[in-house]
Amino acid sequence: MNETHPPHIPVTKPRYSATFDQGTISEIQRAAATGIYDIRGGGAKRKLPHFDDLLFLGASISRYPLEGYRERCGTDVVLGTRFAKKPIHLKTPVTIAGMSFGALSGNAKEALGRGASAVGTSTTTGDGGMTPEERGHSQTLVYQYLPSRYGMNLADLRKADAIEVVVGQGAKPGGGGMLLGQKISPRVAQMRNLPEGIDQRSACRHPDWTGPDDLEIKLLELRELTGWEKPVYIKLGASRPYYDTALAVKAGADVVVLDGMQGGTAATQEIFIEHAGIPILAAIRPAVQALQDLGMHRKVQLIVSGGIRNGADVAKALALGADAVAIGTAALVALGDNAPELEEEYQKLGTTAGAYDDWHEGRDPAGITTQDPVLAARLDPVKAGRRLANYLSVLTLEAQTIARACGKSHLHNLEPEDLVALTMEAAAMAQVPLAGTGWIPGKNF
Amino acid sequence: MNALAKTVEKDAIYDLATGGLRGLNAALQALDEKNAEKLWTIRNPRGAHALAVGVTVPVRITIDGHAGYYCAGMNDGALITINGNTGTGVAENMMSGLVHVRGDASQSAGATAHGGLLLIEGNAAARCGISMKGANIVVKGDVGHMSAFMAQSGNLVVCGDAGEALGDSLYEARIFVKGTVKSLGADCEKKEMNAEDKEILAALLQQAGCCEAPEMFTRYGSARGLYHFHVDNAGAY
Repeated sequence: MNETHPPHIPVTKPRYSATFDQGTISEIQRAAATGIYDIRGGGAKRKLPHFDDLLFLGASISRYPLEGYRERCGTDVVLGTRFAKKPIHLKTPVTIAGMSFGALSGNAKEALGRGASAVGTSTTTGDGGMTPEERGHSQTLVYQYLPSRYGMNLADLRKADAIEVVVGQGAKPGGGGMLLGQKISPRVAQMRNLPEGIDQRSACRHPDWTGPDDLEIKLLELRELTGWEKPVYIKLGASRPYYDTALAVKAGADVVVLDGMQGGTAATQEIFIEHAGIPILAAIRPAVQALQDLGMHRKVQLIVSGGIRNGADVAKALALGADAVAIGTAALVALGDNAPELEEEYQKLGTTAGAYDDWHEGRDPAGITTQDPVLAARLDPVKAGRRLANYLSVLTLEAQTIARACGKSHLHNLEPEDLVALTMEAAAMAQVPLAGTGWIPGKNF
Repeated sequence: MNALAKTVEKDAIYDLATGGLRGLNAALQALDEKNAEKLWTIRNPRGAHALAVGVTVPVRITIDGHAGYYCAGMNDGALITINGNTGTGVAENMMSGLVHVRGDASQSAGATAHGGLLLIEGNAAARCGISMKGANIVVKGDVGHMSAFMAQSGNLVVCGDAGEALGDSLYEARIFVKGTVKSLGADCEKKEMNAEDKEILAALLQQAGCCEAPEMFTRYGSARGLYHFHVDNAGAY
């Protein structure tokens, strides 16, 4: 018997604080022990207003649907029609987002190229340059032009099918890249012209332009370097999407890429990932509005990313006005990241399948986010590429299923009018009515 | 009027006042090794941007006047002389070759350049040699603040003075300054000039037509204290 609490007196159960919850306490303890912020990969993990808060209104009497397997529903998209002599024509509007060789293993990059090419879409380099394997296995390759300019060279620039000037990314708008010493292997070091094994800190601003007026001249140079052939994208981390999109258009972008805070990163401070930027749901409509105000919607294409997981997300993004989407985290999962078969190894790393996000440490048992040759060899690029192709096909088929049900003969015919919101927050952000009402918060007073 | 007029068998004059930028760059980018001996003169540049970018053969090009942003950008082998001043980012990301500015250069001269020699007769503004990746840069005048910021490799030679925060967050690039340095950036320190340094510096001074002795310069480099993050160094950022 507990002497201080006789049996007839109820015991007050331990109560955890909602403010200082267990995760918060463990982070304070970790910070106190190490003196350094927590770094991880991936995007925002907190619950955010997202595409799940939207629903499609299927066709009924007021409009009729298309037959599921018999009536055509187009999925193709052309990117770069504004200035480029050679726009990109993709069979599906689901593209692969930029991820670097360095952050990812060579086999993972090859698998991304194989999977994307199999379904007729593009893949994208990252902060580390273009590898021959990546170029060789990617039918359509977008070459990122980043502040660090690691591995940037004229020959590779001319081998690319499009150029993506990276201003920011959703996981860390305003932040630079990071690749810790464990992943600066001899090949990565050679490609980036860095000493092996050091912590690489990429700049957050470009070295030779600041502001939209300079950017306009930079884009002129890039076009002159490549004979005005290639579409030039500008990638933005979603923060002020209306003004940033307008300025990207003013600077001369063919395509604007908008990445919400759920978009992944190879390595960044946890506090940055969770507390900077806005959800992609809140970013699409302002960006589309900017394009419409400038008379450039569908002339400058909009690619959105950050938390795209299934065909419904694809369809919703397109219905809100995007021309295409990009996937990163989901593509890695399709390759084999966080696979349950690796649970034992995840446990040894202090985590569990489905939660592994220490991509910066280079110890990925799936062989994807690593430069360890033994671990990297675990990933079969042919099989992993096939899994990605399967997944991309499912996304496309799912989006078609929804579009047909809404009576649309092309994914691009989806429109905001096809959507309603489950929450007031989502209704306000997506600017569609709350389900069962005609009310859009902030409008229709 | 045809913007491209041949003066002699091997040489060409391109008048930018009558021909377009695209026509100029397309012509220069289409050159092959057989045209390497040709001398191109570009008249009336009038501060135009992106002049003579992406040239990949060792052709000699003279820009007869001031140039705008990104002149000789990503140069890969051409020998380009600018008889005037240049705007931001001259010879940015140069791979190889020579870019010779007879006047002053604006900010970010030689940014991220991988190879070749950028020679500036006058002064260079802020961020000269930012993130350079193996190129050589010789500035006969002064350089502005944050020069050689995050410079990874290669050599920056400054015959005049350097502004604030020289070599901030430097990697393995070498910096040689003859004059004063207003301040050093994070993790940049004065180093002993060893025999290899002297040899490199002497060769660059000779290439640049400078008569100064290497002993007149001070060598700066990375203290390598920021190569691995440690909380005790957080104040350096």
